Amino acid sequence: MELIWRIVWVAGYVLLAPLLGGLLAGFDRKISARMQGRKGPSVWQPFYDLFKLFKKQSVVVNNVQDFLVYGFLLFIVFTGGLFFFGGDILLVFFALTLAGIFFIMSACSANSPYSAMGAQRELMQMMAYEPMVLLAAIGFYISTGSFSVMDIIAAKESAIGYLPGIFVGFLFILTIKFRKSPYDLSTTHHAHQEMVKGLTTELSGNILACVELSHWYENVFLLGVVGLFIVNSTWWSWIVAVAVILVSYFLEILIDNVFPRVKWQNMLKTTWAVTLVAGVINLLILTMIK
Amino acid sequence: MNVSKSPWLLHYDGSSCNGCDIEVLACLTPVYDVERFGVINTGNPKHADIFLITGGINHQNAQVVRQIYNQMPKPKVVVAVGICACNGGIFKECYNIQGGVDTVLPVDIYVPGCAARPEAIMDGVVKAVALLDQKRKKAAEQPAPDPKEAG
Ligand code: SF4
Repeated sequence: MELIWRIVWVAGYVLLAPLLGGLLAGFDRKISARMQGRKGPSVWQPFYDLFKLFKKQSVVVNNVQDFLVYGFLLFIVFTGGLFFFGGDILLVFFALTLAGIFFIMSACSANSPYSAMGAQRELMQMMAYEPMVLLAAIGFYISTGSFSVMDIIAAKESAIGYLPGIFVGFLFILTIKFRKSPYDLSTTHHAHQEMVKGLTTELSGNILACVELSHWYENVFLLGVVGLFIVNSTWWSWIVAVAVILVSYFLEILIDNVFPRVKWQNMLKTTWAVTLVAGVINLLILTMIK
Repeated sequence: MNVSKSPWLLHYDGSSCNGCDIEVLACLTPVYDVERFGVINTGNPKHADIFLITGGINHQNAQVVRQIYNQMPKPKVVVAVGICACNGGIFKECYNIQGGVDTVLPVDIYVPGCAARPEAIMDGVVKAVALLDQKRKKAAEQPAPDPKEAG
């Protein structure tokens, strides 16, 4: 019985995450526009964009690039699928990294200086956020005694009770993962004319659409991890989790609109400082009390 | 779903005096906010559907304009903004000017004015968007040409 439920969750993720991710992106654009005093496009705009991209002529730079982008999409779906299946959180995070490598390789494969620079910047971003992601996995293990997502959500108390610092740190790196200013160095939703469009410079048509789709899958998965901090064995914790997810998404939009983009040195310094202060200290205290 | 729901445009400044460029950028400001129609100013030919050119064509930028056009995936439309881009305008007699954009590319929409008003530019973009759909339909009806032949 339990297995069936877990499969239903995975199927739900695979089928509904694009819808949810696209809607989130749509609300993001609407809310951002309102913050800037504009009317903004319809909330369905990301879907219009996606369908259009699928219909455009595809200009293939090289076949390797297509393969790598499909790999990116596949592994992102695998990452999220494993997470919603209730699998091992460590494995989930490793799969996420692998997906990221596919994406970077796809940008490297085109010999355009823009996408090469985008790839380098993406590597830099990975360097910045990866420690915090690993700390989160370790934190879950120490607080609940298991790496399994199934066990973590079945715990009596919410993980956030033990991991407030790690939660804050995770929200901090989420800015990088969501490709939000000030940390949208490798590719961004805003400055389309600048170098920061980087990674996706050489992609067009359906391949660009695949990247967009992967981002939606990724965002839903990442918000799922935010929820994981909150959910425990009680039913109302799920409601609180959804509320926290929505609030943190809004927070990311606000940060996106308030802060100007920074240099990569700055990104590395601040993220590692936050990881060290919020994450490591939280973990030290946790090992002492547990 | 129509291509017209999400027109991404590429803005290229030929030998414009910058007057028209300012007006194009004005369209993106909160006052006019073309993004409400889904328009994105991409700056990347591979992402763009609409090629928006201001200013006339001179001997230096003729190749650039042609190359950008060739890099854009189909369906695509070309919009000439301002009288300079339409036929050379005030610079027509200059020794370096070849004329309007139509001396190098098939132009679909001409937006007159010096400088073209943001309202006129938006009107041109909306017309271009309608053309995008038509072009797509036409391409769908015709059998796909052999990519080798089409070059
Ligand atoms: S049409 Fe007028 S404003 Fe526009 S580029 Fe030409 S001279 Fe400048």
